[in-house]
Amino acid sequence: MRRHLTLRTYLGVAVRQILVIGATLLVLFPIYFMLVSSFKTQPEYMANLWGLPHAFHLDNFTIALAGGQFFRRIVNSTILSVGSVGASMVIACLAAYPFARMNFPGKRVLFNLILSLMVIPPVVMIVPLFVSMVRWHLINTYQGTILIYTGLLLPFSIYLMTNFFQTIPHEIVEAARMDGCSTLGVFWRILLPLSTPALVTLVVVNALWVWNELLIALVFMQKDELKTLMVGISALRSRNYVDIPATMAGLTIATIPIVVVYMLGQRYFIRGMVSGAVK
Amino acid sequence: MRSNKIEPFLYLAPALAVLVVIFGYPVYSLVILSLQRQSQGKQIFAGLTNYKLIFQDDVFIQALQHNGTLLICVPIMVVAALLLAILLFERIRGWQFYRTTLFLPYLLPITVVGLVFSYIFQFSGVLNGILNAIGLKFLALDWLGSTKLALPTLMFVIIWKEMGFGIILFLARLMSVDEELYDAAKIDGANWLQLHLNITIPQTSTVIEFFTVISIVTMLSWVFNYVYVMTSGGPGNATIVTELYIYLMAFEYRNMNLAAAVSVLLLLVMGIFIFLELYLRDRAEIGEALG
Repeated sequence: MRRHLTLRTYLGVAVRQILVIGATLLVLFPIYFMLVSSFKTQPEYMANLWGLPHAFHLDNFTIALAGGQFFRRIVNSTILSVGSVGASMVIACLAAYPFARMNFPGKRVLFNLILSLMVIPPVVMIVPLFVSMVRWHLINTYQGTILIYTGLLLPFSIYLMTNFFQTIPHEIVEAARMDGCSTLGVFWRILLPLSTPALVTLVVVNALWVWNELLIALVFMQKDELKTLMVGISALRSRNYVDIPATMAGLTIATIPIVVVYMLGQRYFIRGMVSGAVK
Repeated sequence: MRSNKIEPFLYLAPALAVLVVIFGYPVYSLVILSLQRQSQGKQIFAGLTNYKLIFQDDVFIQALQHNGTLLICVPIMVVAALLLAILLFERIRGWQFYRTTLFLPYLLPITVVGLVFSYIFQFSGVLNGILNAIGLKFLALDWLGSTKLALPTLMFVIIWKEMGFGIILFLARLMSVDEELYDAAKIDGANWLQLHLNITIPQTSTVIEFFTVISIVTMLSWVFNYVYVMTSGGPGNATIVTELYIYLMAFEYRNMNLAAAVSVLLLLVMGIFIFLELYLRDRAEIGEALG
């Protein structure tokens, strides 16, 4: 009986490991494929699709970065990310304060209304926003696109910050008020300094979203010198002649910052993603 | 609190201003646009003509059907994510490494993922290379180039990328389940399957519902990037979806009015899910699940 049990236990462990390892290999293979291909020469890629490269050629990275176009796109993506993450963070913190700490008529309705905006897919807004942006001469400008991204980031950001502000103990706020702290003082000196973890989560999650975003960037940054990294990458497939290893090198460069930040701040990523369920 | 009546609105003003410009006004002008048509360079009232026209367009009907087909991904993702979350929860050796890895695809840009996969699935790509090498030549198909296979191939990539989120969500909830429940059931002699059917699934039901709704929303309205990067709707119209239809209608065919009509319909459908999502988010206590 006892031997029977241990055998079953071992079998169970084996089946579980096989399932999980299988899923992990499935997840890692495309990433592995991208990495190794980016070090191969073209003939080598054709002859050896999935093996390790013979030598670590760095030529592909030089090709990918050549001409400064790739770099220009990284700069554009960075400008949009920094601008919209910064703007949405300031505006969201201001808005979360009354939602978390004050009473006013219509508070719940307004909060739920803002929350509901989280599920609206950007594609629905693209037609009217395009018409408006043309009218306001904001097409092909950083400001216009940052404005759109800021708006799209706000619902999640307000939700996250409101939840966080509510977890800060009432006593701390009351004590500060007794000491004569104004409403703005409570916000600036008490709530914000205590919210660092939430703010880090917000920055990480929102920056990732803007960095990866394609549709808005495609429609509102059409001029070649304004194109973002993701728009540049998406155009690679439709070319007639494709240097696959060089493309893979470009993709690797675009992915590395995300993987590095993820490894460093995994906690913040996971918390932010789960609490916000952002797309 | 001595906060006066207008003070809350001073803090809210910037947010409300941006939200009105980016959501409020566009929804209003979207509805107006959908009821108009272009005539000699001017927009004139057209009633419900645009709505009638789109339903006469076979391509739109195809797009709707494809979004419907994508919903098959939802149960697959829920079941697989739950199973993997349970295995990680049971502290399988190396579970922290697996958790980190399995979540990684969710963070990668769809653009990058889509492009890498389109090289993997090329007819002369690495997948067929491997299939040929292990003697499964008959399985080496044109994954993205054939009208029959392109949509299922896309679905595989969508599942590959979106499932990690489910795993993390379920795992976070499982960690907060009272361990005594499991201990008690084990003493009563419950086997693995009974344990999870009777404890895990009821205990995580709210999160399962939430992930299901989020995934349905994804399949109906957040798959543009996959399609645009991997197939651009092709071959033929084999992978066209509603979002791509709106994009093409607006920016290739320059018919903003028809694009607006489709957008209004999509917004109405999403409205149902918005209410469902709000309700489930409250019930699933998503914010608190993580502590």
